[in-house]
Amino acid sequence: MSTALEAEQTFVDKFPDEARVVRAAFLSAFFALFLGAIFGIIQTLHRTDVARIIPSTDYYTVLTAHGVFMVISFTIFFLVGLFTWALTRSLDRPLINIKITWTWYGLMAVGMTLTGISILAGFVDSIDMSADVLFTFYAPLQAHPLFYTGLVVFIVGTWIAGADWFRTFLAWRSDHPDQRIPLQTFMVLTTMTMWYIATSAVAASVLLFLLPWSLGLIDQVNPTLTRTLFWFFGHPVVYFWLMPAYMLWYTVLPKIAGGRLFSDPLARVVFVLFLLLSTPVGIHHQYLDPGIAEGFKFISMTNTMFLLLPSLLTAFTVVASVEYGARQNGGTGLLGWLTNLPWRKPEFTGMMLAGLMFAAGGFSGMVNAGMNINYLIHNTLWVPGHFHLTVGTAVALTMMAGTYWIWPQISNKPIFSSQIGLFQVVLWFIGMALMSNAMHAQGLLGVPRRTAEPEYSGFDYPTMFGGFEELNVQIAIGGTLLFVSTILFLGNLALTMGNPRVSGLAEPLPSPVSGSEDAPQVLDNLRLWVSIAVVLVVLAYALPIAAIIQRGGLLGPGVGTYPVWVAPLFDALADAATPLVGAVTDASASLVEVVR
Amino acid sequence: MHIHAYEKLWLALSIVLILALIGTVTYGAVGPGVAMVADTQQTVDSGALDEDERFSEPRVEQVGENEYEAYVVAYQFAFEPSPIVVPANSTVTLHVTSRDVIHGFEVAGTNANTMVVPGEVSEITVETDEPAEYGIVCNEYCGAGHHVMEGKLHVVSQSEFENRGGDSA
Repeated sequence: MSTALEAEQTFVDKFPDEARVVRAAFLSAFFALFLGAIFGIIQTLHRTDVARIIPSTDYYTVLTAHGVFMVISFTIFFLVGLFTWALTRSLDRPLINIKITWTWYGLMAVGMTLTGISILAGFVDSIDMSADVLFTFYAPLQAHPLFYTGLVVFIVGTWIAGADWFRTFLAWRSDHPDQRIPLQTFMVLTTMTMWYIATSAVAASVLLFLLPWSLGLIDQVNPTLTRTLFWFFGHPVVYFWLMPAYMLWYTVLPKIAGGRLFSDPLARVVFVLFLLLSTPVGIHHQYLDPGIAEGFKFISMTNTMFLLLPSLLTAFTVVASVEYGARQNGGTGLLGWLTNLPWRKPEFTGMMLAGLMFAAGGFSGMVNAGMNINYLIHNTLWVPGHFHLTVGTAVALTMMAGTYWIWPQISNKPIFSSQIGLFQVVLWFIGMALMSNAMHAQGLLGVPRRTAEPEYSGFDYPTMFGGFEELNVQIAIGGTLLFVSTILFLGNLALTMGNPRVSGLAEPLPSPVSGSEDAPQVLDNLRLWVSIAVVLVVLAYALPIAAIIQRGGLLGPGVGTYPVWVAPLFDALADAATPLVGAVTDASASLVEVVR
Repeated sequence: MHIHAYEKLWLALSIVLILALIGTVTYGAVGPGVAMVADTQQTVDSGALDEDERFSEPRVEQVGENEYEAYVVAYQFAFEPSPIVVPANSTVTLHVTSRDVIHGFEVAGTNANTMVVPGEVSEITVETDEPAEYGIVCNEYCGAGHHVMEGKLHVVSQSEFENRGGDSA
């Protein structure tokens, strides 16, 4: 073996323990993807009336399973795997204590299993357990307590994962007091900070209201309040899915294209903007809710529109980095450089197609975000059409494409077949283009989302281009292609795992064109950004939540306050809020410093 | 921090786009007067709608020249009144509430669309045009029979509306 190969170690050579965690997390993600895909194909064919193998009343169990397994298990298990890899790799040191790492992985796995059991039990009539409440578990629809308990355990697992990464970072910091935070670590830390802020509301909603209510300890809840707490979490969670994709686009895609990242400082700015802006926007999911004043909706919309900025900046930087790579490979001309890109590599083509779909999804997202334009498409099939472009393609396809690149790094096994991989990512793109296009069009006709039988006995939809039936055929074909693509991906990966181990697969990541030395120091001041993020959340949510409680009461109209035993709990909460107030004070102090 | 010239241009155009998007919505509100469902309505006790003066009897009633108020109750798995009958070329204010869980209320193919939350009343005002029949769908998942929850909105001529006694029951 040559010395060059020995010098270039892969991730698994350097960090075998961490690589094992990453593989375990990825495999959990892909198991969820497999289950989600099965429920996805059942759902597509049922909804379009091509094949109805289940009674329509069970459709909602299928829908809940598809939603939860895809957007909670698949995306978040992939995220914790990717972040473990990225943090360890970029800090170039192992995690503090691998036992803690396995603990959070275990908690996440147990939590998701509990939630999964409560959902799947809905298919078995003899078991008195169900959770047909969909991923957006709004009260007063009620799930079995196991559903909520599982979610809590899962989220606690992610909190410990974040703490694990923060501790490892702090250990690195004490050894390197004056260095810039490595870019990938910076991305992990900002994303996790956003996650802590976002999940605080859903944890409060579940622990204070939904779980006690499903256990029968309290009689009812305030639907608007729990709905608002859900969306406080429900919008930032989409960025929690998206940030792993962004990390891959910023740090891995330029390398695959043959170049390097265009600008490290701008990547930091983008992640800071996501941290600041992704939480105070959740009310934009409630434009059509009675009981929330128009002014609060307008504030939320303004924040949402500004949240476009980091995505637009990303579009520029990622395309510029890819173009740089192509020109390094001899590409010339205004558009001629496009031919100097590695289109035969599934990891490249997959990510590029995912980015293209994200642009389309961004435009339908602008329609969703427009407060009064939203009336036309709210809760219609347009909305799933939109998020199958963003989560279903930008995120999911990037994760699959990223796996083709990263799996050899964490296992020393080459991908079984790049040709199958290439075919698979293109198939996903075609399937999603058909399905999503038809979903958007049906949405404009007024076809609702989340319904087993969108054809009604009393009326027909107004005919537009295509017509309802033709669009149904498009959806059914698209959904089927997506299912086939998923199976090809999983099969390719399974065969890869059977490959013998080899060396020489290392792919080190090059430094950016404009490096971290160009980034203003203030970008690394996480305490400052966290403080501002908290202030923005308080500004956006304190008044609406106070108004909602005043209108509808803590537990809904016409019911007294909590039973006496809860009082100590609220005292504890008030104690917990004190450091928050401290952070806000810190923030204003730091702000003053910056202004000076 | 070094920012490339093209990057600056892109940034400026992005901000213009964002301001334009906010501008279109603001124009929609002050120009054509697209109003939001908001917190203008009193809350109700969803468990006792039978005793509520507005919703004990779901109906459409005339309140002025060419102005009508409709009181609609949604529940698992129907809308009341069924169908909702309103006269053509008039202004109709819909008040919609729920007796049980969260529902949706959308006149298919139009922008008359609102969430229906127990305890709250959604208010939307629409201008009716020529006589026509519209389908109403519940677009928020509300239980195992969600897919059978449908309603109808009949826009009928003024004379037909009067022949029905002004009531949609």
